[in-house]
Amino acid sequence: MHPALSVILFTTASGTGYGLLMLLMILNLNGLLPTDRGLGMAGFAVGLTLVTGGLLASTFHLGHPERAWRAMSQWRTSWLSREGVAAIATYPLVLIFAAGWVIVGSTSGGWSLAGWLAIVLAAITVSATGMIYASLKTIPQWNNPLTVVNYLVLALAGGAVWLTSVGQLIGIDTNVLVLLTLLLLPISWALKYSYWTLVDKVPAQYDIGSATGLGGLGDVTLLEPPHTEPNFVQKEMGFTIARRHAKKLRRTAVIFAFVLPTALMVGVLMTSGGLATFLSVLALLSVSGGLLTERWLFFAEAVHVSMLFYGTQKA
Amino acid sequence: MTALPSQPSTKKLGLVIDLDTCVGCHACAVSCKEWNTGGPAAPLTDLNPYGKDPDGVWFNRIHTYEVSQPELGPTAGQTVHLPRSCLHCESPDCVTVCPTGASYKRAEDGIVLIDEDKCIGCKLCSWACGYGAREYDQDAGVMKKCTLCVDRIYNENLKEEERQPSCVSTCPAGARHFGDLGDENSDVSKLVAERNGFDLMPELGYKPTNKYLPPRPKSGPTSSYRPLTIDKQETVDSRFLKWVDRLFSR
Repeated sequence: MHPALSVILFTTASGTGYGLLMLLMILNLNGLLPTDRGLGMAGFAVGLTLVTGGLLASTFHLGHPERAWRAMSQWRTSWLSREGVAAIATYPLVLIFAAGWVIVGSTSGGWSLAGWLAIVLAAITVSATGMIYASLKTIPQWNNPLTVVNYLVLALAGGAVWLTSVGQLIGIDTNVLVLLTLLLLPISWALKYSYWTLVDKVPAQYDIGSATGLGGLGDVTLLEPPHTEPNFVQKEMGFTIARRHAKKLRRTAVIFAFVLPTALMVGVLMTSGGLATFLSVLALLSVSGGLLTERWLFFAEAVHVSMLFYGTQKA
Repeated sequence: MTALPSQPSTKKLGLVIDLDTCVGCHACAVSCKEWNTGGPAAPLTDLNPYGKDPDGVWFNRIHTYEVSQPELGPTAGQTVHLPRSCLHCESPDCVTVCPTGASYKRAEDGIVLIDEDKCIGCKLCSWACGYGAREYDQDAGVMKKCTLCVDRIYNENLKEEERQPSCVSTCPAGARHFGDLGDENSDVSKLVAERNGFDLMPELGYKPTNKYLPPRPKSGPTSSYRPLTIDKQETVDSRFLKWVDRLFSR
């Protein structure tokens, strides 16, 4: 599949933003993060900026962005529509909870109700993003439950690293955040590893013989394509990356998204002051670059069954 | 509404394409392009049509495959032309994934259409189609697809014999048939039953309405058949002729 920059930016930025907001609210509601005005202001500002920036980026690949509001209407059948509805519904609840935290200085009582609802809706939004891809039968690599789990856990891991950086820059005690990060990064690494293992080992479910219906007559190969230049379908669905490049890029993604941030977080735990803050910002940059690579690969490695008509033997 | 009709339509309009008869002339594709660039999905934009890398929207694409049987010898096999267009599936995900309601399946006859005024151009429907039938019009910013010539088949301004999809009426080989595949007594349904018509990629579970008729078994190479080979080339023995050959080969 063609790795469109707007979709990569959208899924990574929004994912990280929702992850950050979820953790900020969950930890506060469980008494693990103080209702500190500075932390509230910075945390919600960064989280909502990431979410909004991502959602805006997602409209860049639309042919008619001015009609984007129509995408709210088909939530009964479409995961893309459900994602839009959940994303929009999350805003007022987060803003109410943020108002309680920053303006009133309280996150208990009615404020906490808004917080819990916002957490649930944020989780639904990220899961719906994953389901857009996981529900496509035409892309066998994505059509499995690990896709959604990965979107959710990577959002939380990325959000945890970003929140730790925010905490460091605000100057609060970040030990809880660092420990959480050290828990989430290995988990997301393990899940990404199982996704890749699954993708590599699952036998092809479709082949050129069944696509054309000619498999019963012999070995099918494409003799002449329908057109001399690639068409929309080939440009959009035909992008695949050579296996050896994929391996290198997977290694790059693992190092920057998981290994380096984990090491840097251990560094944050062992140091203090400016050095700890510096290390946490390095972790933020590393995890963001790593996740962008991971997301690029998610698209670039996916093989679409329509390519069978264009001569691909198996998918 | 991108929900599929609650009851599958009893009328299932579609095409039956005979792979035995198709000669791969691309006339159906050209005729489709010509008709539909003036129809509801108009224009079928062409970008850079006379330039180095032309790109454009077509609803019909004709692939040519080689089907070989290596176990029966190097010459066993055949060439098959396969026209590919929207199959107007009974349970297609291209309709249900649409977030805006632009993509829909008609309850009355099963035709899958796009309301271009509602399409936001997110391209997700093209991802959900396993048959590569939907093509995005970069210029108009909306998705386009085969309409089964909905503006012909019900068009009372046309003579009755012309009320069929453009690709069908133009096919010089008579390889394309149009009709109601929901009616088991229709000509197309009988043809499918008689010739063992099949679905493309049935594993996807979209239940295509369009059917394909398999190529009829070929007689194949007989024992006396020898393919023409050029491995016994005449060899030139004469030194003089070799010299002449070298002279003129310069």
